[in-house]
Amino acid sequence: MAHLPTDAAALRSRFGPHLNSAPPGGWDADPVPERTVETHCCFCGQQCGIKLKVAGNQVVGFDPWEAFPFNKGKLCPKGVKRYLQGGHPDRLLHAMKRTASGFEPMGWEEAMERTVAEITRIQDRYGKDAFAMLSGVSLTNEKSYLAGKFARLALGTRNLDYNGRLCMVSAGAGNKKAFGVDRAANSWEDIPLADVIWVTGANVAECAPITTDYIWRARDRGAKLIVVDPRITPLARTADLALPLRPGTDSALTNGILHLLDQWNLVDRDFVRDHTNGFDEALEAARACTPQWTSAVTGLPVAAIEKAARMWGEASTSFLLHARGIEHQSKGVENVNSCINMVLATGRIGRPGCGYATITGQGNGQGGREHGHKCDQLPGNRDIENPEHRAHICGVWGCTDEELPGKGLSAQEIMNAIHEGDIKGLLCLCFNPLVSLPDSTFTREALEKLEFFVSLDFFLSETAQHADIIFPSALHEEDDGTSTSAEGRVIRIRKAVEPPGEARTDWEILVELARRLGRGRFFDHFTSPGAIFQELRRASSGGTADYGGITYEKIEKQMGVFWPCPTEDHPGTPRLFEGGKFFHPDGRARFIPTPWRPPMEEVDADYPVWLTSGRVVFHYLSGTQTRRIGFLVEQCPHPYVEIHPRLAANLGIREGDATAVATRRGELVLPAKLVTTIRPDTVFIPYHWPGNLGANRLTARHLDPVSRIPEFKVSACRVTRTTPDRFPPELLELMALGRGE
Amino acid sequence: MVSEEFGFFIDPQRCIGCRSCVAACAECGTHRGHSMIHLDELDRLASTQTGPTVCMHCEDPICAMSCPADAIKRTEDGVVHASQKPRCVACQNCELSCPFGVPIVLPGLEQMLKCDLCYDRSSIGLKPMCATVCPSQALLFAPRHEVAAMRGSRPLREFVIGGLRIRTRNAIMVPDPEVPLNLDASILMEGGL
Ligand code: SF4
Ligand code: SF4
Ligand code: SF4
Repeated sequence: MAHLPTDAAALRSRFGPHLNSAPPGGWDADPVPERTVETHCCFCGQQCGIKLKVAGNQVVGFDPWEAFPFNKGKLCPKGVKRYLQGGHPDRLLHAMKRTASGFEPMGWEEAMERTVAEITRIQDRYGKDAFAMLSGVSLTNEKSYLAGKFARLALGTRNLDYNGRLCMVSAGAGNKKAFGVDRAANSWEDIPLADVIWVTGANVAECAPITTDYIWRARDRGAKLIVVDPRITPLARTADLALPLRPGTDSALTNGILHLLDQWNLVDRDFVRDHTNGFDEALEAARACTPQWTSAVTGLPVAAIEKAARMWGEASTSFLLHARGIEHQSKGVENVNSCINMVLATGRIGRPGCGYATITGQGNGQGGREHGHKCDQLPGNRDIENPEHRAHICGVWGCTDEELPGKGLSAQEIMNAIHEGDIKGLLCLCFNPLVSLPDSTFTREALEKLEFFVSLDFFLSETAQHADIIFPSALHEEDDGTSTSAEGRVIRIRKAVEPPGEARTDWEILVELARRLGRGRFFDHFTSPGAIFQELRRASSGGTADYGGITYEKIEKQMGVFWPCPTEDHPGTPRLFEGGKFFHPDGRARFIPTPWRPPMEEVDADYPVWLTSGRVVFHYLSGTQTRRIGFLVEQCPHPYVEIHPRLAANLGIREGDATAVATRRGELVLPAKLVTTIRPDTVFIPYHWPGNLGANRLTARHLDPVSRIPEFKVSACRVTRTTPDRFPPELLELMALGRGE
Repeated sequence: MVSEEFGFFIDPQRCIGCRSCVAACAECGTHRGHSMIHLDELDRLASTQTGPTVCMHCEDPICAMSCPADAIKRTEDGVVHASQKPRCVACQNCELSCPFGVPIVLPGLEQMLKCDLCYDRSSIGLKPMCATVCPSQALLFAPRHEVAAMRGSRPLREFVIGGLRIRTRNAIMVPDPEVPLNLDASILMEGGL
């Protein structure tokens, strides 16, 4: 049913991506801004403060917001140019339906009626759970909360999950195991106070650019920087120690370090005794990880491993940062816990200059994993299978326990179930799985099997192109609310302009759908984001992610409030675990044993090269927004394959050559980019593009057993030189754009 | 006037090549749409090192000296301004003579443009746009006396280029010890090359 309604080229010519390169009216228009609105960037998890200039219901430019404490006016190029998506020609202005020849605008009333009729038909015929919902963590906290309640009480389905599943769930799960809470342990203000900074699986310069300044401020004081990554990223370039390990061997290294810390008596035995459990078991699992063994597995020299252990072990303050490089693996949670073991062993947490954090990738990645749009979670970071937690939420929502569905499938499992034919209908909000899930050929086949697919979107994403009905929704700057940054700081998103045409905010669309599904009594009181936030506060109260004492006014006054903040007179909690107090019932942290195991797929004779993927600074995730902004596209128009010259020479590949990268899932043909800054046994492809340019055609659907995150960062591939006539046409178009043609 | 107390410090070591400076320069009130910053990948094959180039605001600006139309003015506060539109004949002498490769004569515009330290901002106490947004503060605008305490590197304001001694208002931060530009992951792996 949900095949593309017309060919991809026709869709592209009508719905883009087209490039917007100048403010409304062009550069010469120079409108006088009527006002500036202090809000935040709509992209990554750092959530930089920014002022948007507004004239005539349009965002016409920006001003740095220097008073906002996190970024003090600093912005990456995405933040600088974000305002160009406002008056963008690709914006969806009307509801649309699929026809035999493409998409046609339709009235709002008809779109609502059809959607409700289809949801009802599918659920009557196949059961409630045959209709699933996917949502995203670019949504505000209010919308995340509403999405969770909408799926459970309006759709009555247990199959709701979110795209944070492709982001930080491994960190969240690992943090909960070790600390009993899922949040960065510190505000970033502790980074400049640290004496050694360990960055692993995080291309900080490109994915969290503002964080580089925090790290440099520490280094100005003499702090040492250790960077662990198969590539020498722009931050690793100047590191005191760069450890380009073999993809998928992260916990072998961290286990090896733990082993050495113990051998060299660099463990803080008092802290371990007084504030933690499980050290001996974790050490036991690392017992065999001698420097020689670690070297053999990771491909790093023994001397480098020993140097890292000394630098880490002997410091008096330290900060450990990790991100998707270690989390996007089928052992993502183990990688995270092995890092935390290193932190706990030295007792360097919960005091100034000592800390630990995952660098949240998506805008509201932190808040998005607290308010219950995960398949296993209720608001306040509560567990959907815990009877007490369920009772609290039933109390707030005014529903019975029978009305509240149980744990459902995770994002990739929902797609698997659609492919199997077990799930027949889907509502997708702020999620572009066709680009962001692994094995995109499989995802496309799944979407084609849906009986009914409704999408809420502001641009026609690659996934939305498969929808039957599309509701035009609103951009970040067209709605109010809050979001929670990588630091755990709850901040205020302020509406700058009204949505254009017939576009409406996601929450208005969901509330109306709920009403028409006959569930208005649970949603009618949501007349504004503020009203949703009031209920979110009550729902989160007493949970670990406690927002009970946070108000919009307090956020504005304090420039953000760190949760937990249980009461209105509580200032919030920038630094967790002070005094060695953790969130487990006994107040102690847990060492988690992480015996090393290999990735799900390893290199072999047929697929002899490791493949890894990641971001570039100019694009954001699946590129729905950034592939439409002229400046950003011009800086990095298309994907490429990074290859070390030594591997390239063996394969007869030169700079720019058409290069085929094949895995067991599929093949991409891209230009080669020769760089010495990557291991010679590994290639890298940035993942922001769809279809024939999508790195996720190559990745596998292997999941971490705990977090259900797919193994994006480790695959085995075959790399060969091919001929330029095999470059896909869309690549040639983008390459011409890159040459300024 | 731009306070003498404030200096512009350029630190290529910290640069992460994000081009925020390039993006933001084009957004400021005076440059609308044109960026005055050059950002170069020095040798992408061998390193991720990138280098931003902005006008150094020379004490005796060669661009101005070589301008036949006397279109380039330096104000008392040490800021060398873009060419004055009515005077500029777009001869490109400034482009050719500047030892740092800064001025741009844009085709179609017939005027030399260059960084003027965001005079609209810096003359009222704000930082230049690029220095405000630069995520890693590779472009830093700060009180001169604070910089030594703030940074491990040394500000350089005097250069000898082609036998010519040039003093500048802006400074380049020189790392100590120097950071290698040529990086090869294989050297850092077990077994090396
Ligand atoms: S994308 Fe991230 S780093 Fe860039 S401006 Fe937005 S929030 Fe800041
Ligand atoms: S750096 Fe070049 S453009 Fe700037 S003042 Fe000196 S000579 Fe003129
Ligand atoms: S903004 Fe700063 S870090 Fe980014 S390219 Fe410019 S100088 Fe380099």
